[in-house]
Amino acid sequence: MPDYNEFITRIYRILQPFLKPGQTLNEDSELVAELGLTSLQVMMMIEQIEDDFDITVPLNILPDIRTIGDLAVQLEKLLP
Amino acid sequence: MSLFDKFQPIIDVRTELQSLGIMPFGAVTEKILSSTEGIVNGHRVILAGTNNYLGLTFDPECIAAAKTAIEEQGTGTTGSRMANGTFAEHVLLEQELAAFFNRRHAIVFTTGYAATSGMCATLAGPGDMIVLDADSHASIYDGVRLSGADIVRFRHNDVADLEKRLRRLGERLSNTLIIVEGIYSMLGDRAPLREIAELKRRYGGMLLVDEAHSMGMLGAHGRGVAEEDGVEDDVDFIVGTFSKSLGAIGGYCVSNHPELDAVRFATRSYIFTASPSPSVIASTRAALRLLQQRPQLRKQLWENAHRLYDGLQTLGFQISPQVSPVVAVTIKDRGQSIQWWNRLLESGIYVNLVMPPASPGNYSLLRCSMSAAHTPEQIDRILTAFAALRDSATTG
Repeated sequence: MPDYNEFITRIYRILQPFLKPGQTLNEDSELVAELGLTSLQVMMMIEQIEDDFDITVPLNILPDIRTIGDLAVQLEKLLP
Repeated sequence: MSLFDKFQPIIDVRTELQSLGIMPFGAVTEKILSSTEGIVNGHRVILAGTNNYLGLTFDPECIAAAKTAIEEQGTGTTGSRMANGTFAEHVLLEQELAAFFNRRHAIVFTTGYAATSGMCATLAGPGDMIVLDADSHASIYDGVRLSGADIVRFRHNDVADLEKRLRRLGERLSNTLIIVEGIYSMLGDRAPLREIAELKRRYGGMLLVDEAHSMGMLGAHGRGVAEEDGVEDDVDFIVGTFSKSLGAIGGYCVSNHPELDAVRFATRSYIFTASPSPSVIASTRAALRLLQQRPQLRKQLWENAHRLYDGLQTLGFQISPQVSPVVAVTIKDRGQSIQWWNRLLESGIYVNLVMPPASPGNYSLLRCSMSAAHTPEQIDRILTAFAALRDSATTG
């Protein structure tokens, strides 16, 4: 069962195609305000996470997510 | 920090367009000359971006019915369907829609948006699950957001992706609503409904199909993609609109589930808005009759769709993946899409300019929609105007 740190590591990898040159990632990186992801890209990233972990990630968690760390926390909560 | 800060991107786009003297969003139709011609932003144009698929907006029977209704019943109902706004004709239209779709129950709404968003917001609730196609219309997204249900997207028209997401739901499948559209409004591509229905049979859940852009154009009786694909029994709810093939405004949901009548009284977009005006109901009833009496309209519509689609393909444009009455030309450069939209207008052709996020992906669309009322000569004029755009791009 993945834990917080594994979620962080794999989110970093999933985010790679969405990054602009020179952008670096840490747990406090803000997905929209800092990394410049559009709402469409955020939803595509969620789809990728679902496939990567073979889990269901409802879009309803999005209002609670600003940073990569927030996302990892929410994903951890979804695990049985 | 101001409440208005979030509107700055919209203000920026509008300022840019105003500086170019181009007004694609909210273009003003100053005079409507027929179901296929009008004067838009000062230009006499062929209307090739209207969703008037069967060309019924000027049909004499529809107009006569609307006139009679307005004289006999007044200009509006001034009330909700729940209060004073249910006239006998609203009930008759519901019965006629149910008969047309071969279903036991129907609800009439004031707009298509109210029908779709209302049903999506109400059928599933907190604790339930919604699985929707990623390219769903805004009315679907707005509705599911209001529902309180858990929402999962699957990749557009990707049956394998849908299956993966259904499989993960396990026990939650019993209270899952799958939502797709018959024909998607922007690119005109069709849902693989036969395969989706098969998944629903295998995994469970309920299936809602939005036939807004497919009613009147597909199926032996014009009932849409579900009829065309022979899977009507698998579709629990069909929603749609009167504002496209029926040439008016309003929306509907039809179903065989007896609970639909209870859903009616829980749907806020049905309860808390005034009911459709008598003239709208009257012209819609007439158009629904004509849709059934004149299958040749459907045939003509598809002939026109093929003529435009084949012509644009021959000209080398990147167009929709499937032939349909919606034919969208993809333009990768945003600035070029704006300039081309304007040049089409100046040369007498009105189409829809669609830019992200309204268009799927990152590109803009010049979205054309065909009508049964378009003549071959009008379609050829549309193609001539597109050919001029292509030639200007080639010569730089």
